[in-house]
This record gives sequence, structure tokens and C-alpha cells, in this order.
Amino acid sequence: MDWFFILEKAILIIILFSLTLFIAMYETYMERKVAAFLQDRVGPDRAGPFGILQPLADGGKMFFKEDFIPNSSEKWLFILGPGIAMFTALMTSAVIPWGTELHLFGRTISLQVADVNIGVLYIMGFVSIGVYGIMIGGWSSNNKYSLMGAIRASSQMISYELAMGLSLIAIVMMSGSLSLKDIAAQQSGSLMGIEGFHWNVFLQPLGFLIFLTCAFAETNRAPFDLPECESELIGGYHTEYTSMKLGFFLFAEYVNMFISSTLIATIYFGGYNFPGLHYLPGNWQALAGTAVLFLKILFFIFFYMWVRWTLPRFRYDQLMHLGWKVLIPLAVLNMLLTGAWMTWF
Amino acid sequence: MLTNRSVVVSKKEMTLMEKIYLPAIVKGLWITFWHMFKKPATVRYPEQQREWSPVYRGLHVLKKDEEGRENCTACGLCAVACPAEAITMTAAERKMGEEHLYKEEKYASVYEINMLRCIFCGLCEEACPKEAIFLTDRMVPTEYQRESFIYGKDKLVEPTDNRVDITKRQKQLTEA
Repeated sequence: MDWFFILEKAILIIILFSLTLFIAMYETYMERKVAAFLQDRVGPDRAGPFGILQPLADGGKMFFKEDFIPNSSEKWLFILGPGIAMFTALMTSAVIPWGTELHLFGRTISLQVADVNIGVLYIMGFVSIGVYGIMIGGWSSNNKYSLMGAIRASSQMISYELAMGLSLIAIVMMSGSLSLKDIAAQQSGSLMGIEGFHWNVFLQPLGFLIFLTCAFAETNRAPFDLPECESELIGGYHTEYTSMKLGFFLFAEYVNMFISSTLIATIYFGGYNFPGLHYLPGNWQALAGTAVLFLKILFFIFFYMWVRWTLPRFRYDQLMHLGWKVLIPLAVLNMLLTGAWMTWF
Repeated sequence: MLTNRSVVVSKKEMTLMEKIYLPAIVKGLWITFWHMFKKPATVRYPEQQREWSPVYRGLHVLKKDEEGRENCTACGLCAVACPAEAITMTAAERKMGEEHLYKEEKYASVYEINMLRCIFCGLCEEACPKEAIFLTDRMVPTEYQRESFIYGKDKLVEPTDNRVDITKRQKQLTEA
């Protein structure tokens, strides 16, 4: 047994875990600030300089709220719901390649927790399980609004998973691998003479658009935030939740947002690759790659919020129409085109 | 059509460009993006206060003349003029030795304005023949009890050593 291997993986997991939570925490702050800036406001600016301590204040508030479980609820499932939502949100980060390799103390350390050779399937699997947290939470509340939210969430997520999977198949066909490490590494090639610019988004623009739309739907973000739309369903599936259980649901959404931004960056925007990465020496290459990956992630998180404060919410029938009648045929078409292109060129 | 403001609802089919949504979405994103660089409209309240309009009508004051005598003669015109019936008063006769307190022989022993009823229209000051009541640029503070919003003379009459400046309001009234 290689104890150093376990140690380095454990350290990586702890770093990733705390980083994910930290980013999710500051996403709440960023969301409020971005919302404010897009609406000509100032946003939270009272807690600390520029309101930088606002997430801590919000979190503290969440902890001190009464932890209420409705009498008519299914008690264990009610508690289980937010747990599953949080668990599935955090699990997906395991297969993402956060950078190339670090060379430290004579060892080669991969900046990926687990190079599962079916990484894409693993992520799709966990995304599917993510529905359960919301569904169980909404159903066990024994509240009509929650049930409506849960039904919407499950139908929406299941519908959009199809198109998402189909758009990913085109990527898998091109790279010939289900491992995210391979998919990221293959994008380091040159495109039109620029080294490290062989990003999938240039080869699969339609697939990227489909994936992006589905990612919005999967994370229940606007314009597809029907499961929790305040104006119709109060809070949707988390209407009955209070205290940190509500916090878990909200937090899981932000973690999901971070992870899906990471996926978009990794699968379509070259992951840690960027033009000029090859000129950097050894360890700097890995570190710079990770930094650039995080910049890309940050942009997509911003994009999520940007879209939220631009587009109005879809109606339920429009949502289903878009999912089944537009995105899935388009994804199939994209798959066929990719296949044809690969056969003849 | 009574007015020419009615709009005919058109249900025409969307063109392909409109059905794709993307051009419209990009346009929308473009608009919201540039809003980030606009000056925020926020007034950071406790530190910063919005400037009040010169015609602001706030908490009333019962004026005294230069010698510190109350102008009000309890004629009741303000109470009659008041559309919200917020003003009540009790008249009393000036006794000997009270000439330094009240300007004329009759005065208001009780003068109450219910600030929850008052709509701050300013009709009382227009009705007043003695220039005794004015609306000022002060605010009515919040209270916990409804009773505390009934302001008596203790709160309404201006203190002699701390006069309330109403010259701006006076000018507006005479000009109007």
C-alpha cells in the first residue's frame, strides 16, 4: 500500500472540499453583488469592507433559525432530502481534472482526485441522483407547493438530462474516451496555428449551446427556475424547510452551479489549457493551468448570474417544448453531423 | 374606442430568427452588461440623505410671535378646513397676567393633531388667518402606540429658545 498516495489524495480531497464550499459561499455574495450591479444598485456593503463578510452573516443567521420539521411530514425523508442534494452536488468534483501534474518531493501528483475511465458517465449518474434530493425533499414536506416544485424539478431535470447526454455523446465520439482527463488533455492541441487552443467549443458549437442550456435547467437556475419560482410556488420544493436544512438546499444549488461551470470549462473550453501553457516550466505549468481553469469557471459562474438577471422565467409548457421538441432533435442532429464528419474527413 | 390608447393584440407566427431566441438573448445580455457600468441609484441612507423637495410638508409647528406669544386664537378654521378631521382644540380665555403667553384674548388650551389621520395637505396653514400653524421640513418619528401619534401642544408649539424657521414656507404660501 502506497501511503503517500493516500496522503496526497486525502490532501487534495480536503483542499477541493473546502474550496468548493468556500466558492459556493462566496457565490451567494457574488450573486447579490452581480444582481445589484446589473440593476444599478450597490448590493450588500454593510458587513465588512464592500460587504465581504456578508456570507458569514448569512450563514450565521441560517444556523440560529429554528430548525422546524412539520408535523405532517415524512420525518426521515424530510431530513434526508437536503442531505442527498448536498452529497450529490459535492461528489461530482472528484473526477474533474483541475490541472496537469505537479512534481513535488520526487513524486508526480495528479491534480485530479480520481481518473475514473468513465468520468462522463459518473457525472451524468450523479446528476441524475441529484433529482432525488429535490424530489424527496419536496414530496416529504406534505405541502402542495413543495409537491408542485418537486414534480416540476423531476420532470425538468429528467427531460434535460437526455439532451445533455446526447450532446456529450458527440464529445465522447470525437475524443474516443469517457475520461475527463483525456478530454481535457486532448484540447491542448493546436487550432489554426494557435497551440493550446484546440477547444471543443470551436468544434462543437451546437453541442456547446445544447449543453449550456441543459446545464441551466439541471441546476434549476433562471430562466429554468420553475421548481422554486417565488411568484407561483413560494419556495417550491423548499417551502417547508428552515434553518440549515434550507441552507443545504440553497448551498447545493450554488455548489451545482460551480461544478457545472467547471464541467463547461473542462469539456468545452479546454479545461486547464490555454495558449502559451507550453512555454511555462514544470510545476508552473500545472499551477497556471489550474489558475486559468478557475478564471474560466469564474466567468461561467458570472454568466449564470448574468443570464439570471436578464431572462424572464420560461412557462412550463415552453420548457417542455424546448426540451423535447427542440433540444433533443438538435442534439441527435449534432450527433449525426459529428458522426458524418468523422467518417468522411 | 373611447381612448386611442388601446393596442390591437397580434398573434403572428414568430419568424425563424425569433424562434431561435439566441439573437434576442444576446441583445438582452448586452443591455444588462452595460448596466454594470452605470452609476448606482442607491442613497446610502443613514450616512447619506436624499435632498428634500422645497415644498416638502412635514410635522406641523404652532408659531409664536417675536415676543414669544402664541399666535393661535383657537378660531377653529384649521379644524374646519382639515379634510382628514385630524385637528381638535379647546378654546380658553386669556386671564390677567397671561399677556406674555398669548397674543390675543382667546387661545387654545388644548390643541391636538392626530398624525395618523393627518394627510399633510397643508390646508390648515392656508386656512389660518393668524399665521399660527405651518407645516415644516421635519418628519413625524415612528412610535409604538397609536396614542403617541396624537400630538398635543407640548410637541406642536415651538419653543421660544429654539425657533423653527418657516420663512421659506411662508414665502411659498404668499406666492401661491
